[in-house]
Amino acid sequence: MPIVLDKPSSFFDTFHRKPTQQKTTHYCPGCGHGILHKLIAEAISAAELQDRCIIMAPVGCSVFLYYYFECASISIPHGRAPAVATGISRMRPDAILVCYQGDGDLAAIGTNNAIHAASRGEKIITFFVNNNVYGMTGGQMAPTTLLNQKTTTTPYGRTLENEGAPLPVAEIMATLDAPGLVARTAVNSPRNIQKTRRLIRRGFEAMKDGKGYVFIEVLSHCPTNWRKTPEEACRWIDEVVTKVYPLKLFKDDLDTREPLCREHPRGGFPELVKALGVRAEEQDAGGVPPALPNGTDTLTFKGAGFGGQGVLSLGLLLANTAMRKAWEVTWLPSYGPEMRGGVAYSSVVISRKPIGSPVVDCPDILIALNKPSIFKLGPLVPEQGTIVYNSSMIDELPPDLSAGTVAGVPATDLAAEAGSQKAANTVALGCLAGITGLLTREEIAGALRETYSKPAVYDLNLRALDAGWRHGVRQGTDA
Amino acid sequence: MKKLLKGNEAAVVAALVADCDAFFGYPITPASEIAHTAALLFPKLGRVFLQAESELGAINMVFGAAAAGRRAMTASSSPGISLKMEGISYMACAEMPCVIVDVMRAGPGLGNIGPEQSDYFQIVKGGGHGDYRVIVLAPGSVREMYQFTLEAFDLADAYRTPVVVLTDATTGQMMAPVEIGEFEPTKPEKPWKLDTTAATNGNVITSIYLDFDEMERHVGHLDAKYAEISRKEARAELYRTEDAEILVTGYGIMGRLLHSLADDCRARDLRVGLIRPQTLWPFPAEFYRRAVRPGVPVLTVELSKGQLVEDVRLTLRDNPVHFYGRSGGNLPTREELVRQVEQVLRRPDV
Repeated sequence: MPIVLDKPSSFFDTFHRKPTQQKTTHYCPGCGHGILHKLIAEAISAAELQDRCIIMAPVGCSVFLYYYFECASISIPHGRAPAVATGISRMRPDAILVCYQGDGDLAAIGTNNAIHAASRGEKIITFFVNNNVYGMTGGQMAPTTLLNQKTTTTPYGRTLENEGAPLPVAEIMATLDAPGLVARTAVNSPRNIQKTRRLIRRGFEAMKDGKGYVFIEVLSHCPTNWRKTPEEACRWIDEVVTKVYPLKLFKDDLDTREPLCREHPRGGFPELVKALGVRAEEQDAGGVPPALPNGTDTLTFKGAGFGGQGVLSLGLLLANTAMRKAWEVTWLPSYGPEMRGGVAYSSVVISRKPIGSPVVDCPDILIALNKPSIFKLGPLVPEQGTIVYNSSMIDELPPDLSAGTVAGVPATDLAAEAGSQKAANTVALGCLAGITGLLTREEIAGALRETYSKPAVYDLNLRALDAGWRHGVRQGTDA
Repeated sequence: MKKLLKGNEAAVVAALVADCDAFFGYPITPASEIAHTAALLFPKLGRVFLQAESELGAINMVFGAAAAGRRAMTASSSPGISLKMEGISYMACAEMPCVIVDVMRAGPGLGNIGPEQSDYFQIVKGGGHGDYRVIVLAPGSVREMYQFTLEAFDLADAYRTPVVVLTDATTGQMMAPVEIGEFEPTKPEKPWKLDTTAATNGNVITSIYLDFDEMERHVGHLDAKYAEISRKEARAELYRTEDAEILVTGYGIMGRLLHSLADDCRARDLRVGLIRPQTLWPFPAEFYRRAVRPGVPVLTVELSKGQLVEDVRLTLRDNPVHFYGRSGGNLPTREELVRQVEQVLRRPDV
């Protein structure tokens, strides 16, 4: 006699993952979960997908889903099945992720994760089991509980005023582009079971071909929490539930879809070096870091100005150049109280030995691009220190400066002559280098080449550097 | 290869060198550069970068990737880390290896984007539910951001546990040169993983143990693992502790400021030594006990109202332990710290 129906291979013979009663499921008598489990197992086996399927065991009545399926499985936080499945899928693009979620899991605590996974078109087949109630936790209201339905948390019945209307999840999912199949079905009658069987098989066939996301909402019956006999519960689905949640194929465009490919060739260390844009000739040769112009081991710098004057990149340029000279260096942008008052800062520490704190309280060198910054920071520069200020924007110096060298450079004007006011920061750095000899013109030019990949911007900054440099050398000679 | 990197960028580069397969994240200041850099570099190397729908989404994607037997990471800043706690607890219980970077900012609540170290309790003492620990590495520089993140992946795999790199807005935002070199990660076999072969059909990754005795056995198993980590993995930097008349201690950016403080004080003939914990869990208690002679005063400095100091006090019962903290995003100045040291030395017994 030919076999017309057999136990699917993806379903365990004996539920050995279950600690006790290994021949029966843990579900209540008359529950819809067992029927749906069987249909899913049949479809997995029919499509020969047992090895490729990885099953997400949710929080809810089906928390022990993995007792029954002989598939790799994982139990996850409440509602997070689509996120966990996404993580697995991105690592194993050939995997078929089975998200089996109840109405609390998917439609309440995990709605955000569910909608986004669907919208990304993850390789997930979702079974959304809608039984209008929270089963495992004791019959509380679900987002899908019907109006007037009594639960342990709506003892007087759900109302529009207090809880709002039942959530139409399949309808919401059907509005998204990525899902290829969205349907609502039921397992309350032989007829509906047959329809559901066909739908699930179609879903798994599509998954087999890598055609992305499938969503099947299944109306299921919960005699225990509905306080009905199994027979009454099955009838109630036809007579009441389907009036609010109609059985329907909302969307099926699987046949027109292309398989989704997310695999890319993997790169290693050489590709990382290339991606970071590090060129061999830019690396310092090691060796002994040269002496610092102030004769000590450590030099601290602060660049300050309005946001937009390029003080962060000014510091960065200095740090990059200093690094090439085998000095230790740190760069720190404005942070904490320094951010207040609209003045941006960058702090750079250059040292011949390992640097302790990257924080600069009293800078040895200050570049001040606007008036508030020289009034605030100028007096902090010590006697041996140097201040370079932007005389295009600073027409008055604070009376209490103690720095030994205070040099003005019309940075904004010289930058404008070079092509753009934006390069005032480079003018000021060029001037500083010209005065102090901390860096050579060529060293800064080298760092500019790395910083500005666009030739026009590089040329502009090079002209700005030269203008500042010439100004600085003249000032240095005058001093 | 030397490269000037932000602390946040260094973590990403280290992850790639450590053969990390995936980054799942959600933007938040001051950790966003980690996501930005990962978005730039991961796809170029055929690795996965995905911006999740939420912090919960991100940590659970990491959970999934780890369950698939791959190396995965996420990063966030304090309020975002609070949200990730659910996933961290599940991963600790299910023994899923992963790396999480927390670039701490000021709190509680929305706080601000300035640096603080007020996530110590949340991360070190376990912000999620249940009896679990995570290894907590505390880099004090950009170089250590690179080094510790690199090592974090091996530690995570070796002990099958989440590892947190706990840093702060300053260390994340500051730049310094980092030496980047090839690295041979230590990757143990993962027979427990979920994949698409028949061999793993029998694998179940779970954190549910309904039977009380079974649950107790599993928690005991985790506890034994934590004891082993405590024995083997505690680390701290000791600096000029031998002849110290006072020891200062702090981690991360504070440890670094205290390093300079020790030098500043020595220049003024104050014999200051430093203990800088590099792992916060396991807490390097032995390093403290060895470095601090009985009776010598200890000054704990944190960017918080006093969190690390609780562990210092538990460790050093026979020493006066003082505390100085700044918060709200403020860093103490060097002079401010010198004054604190002088004050302790004037009245060493609390």
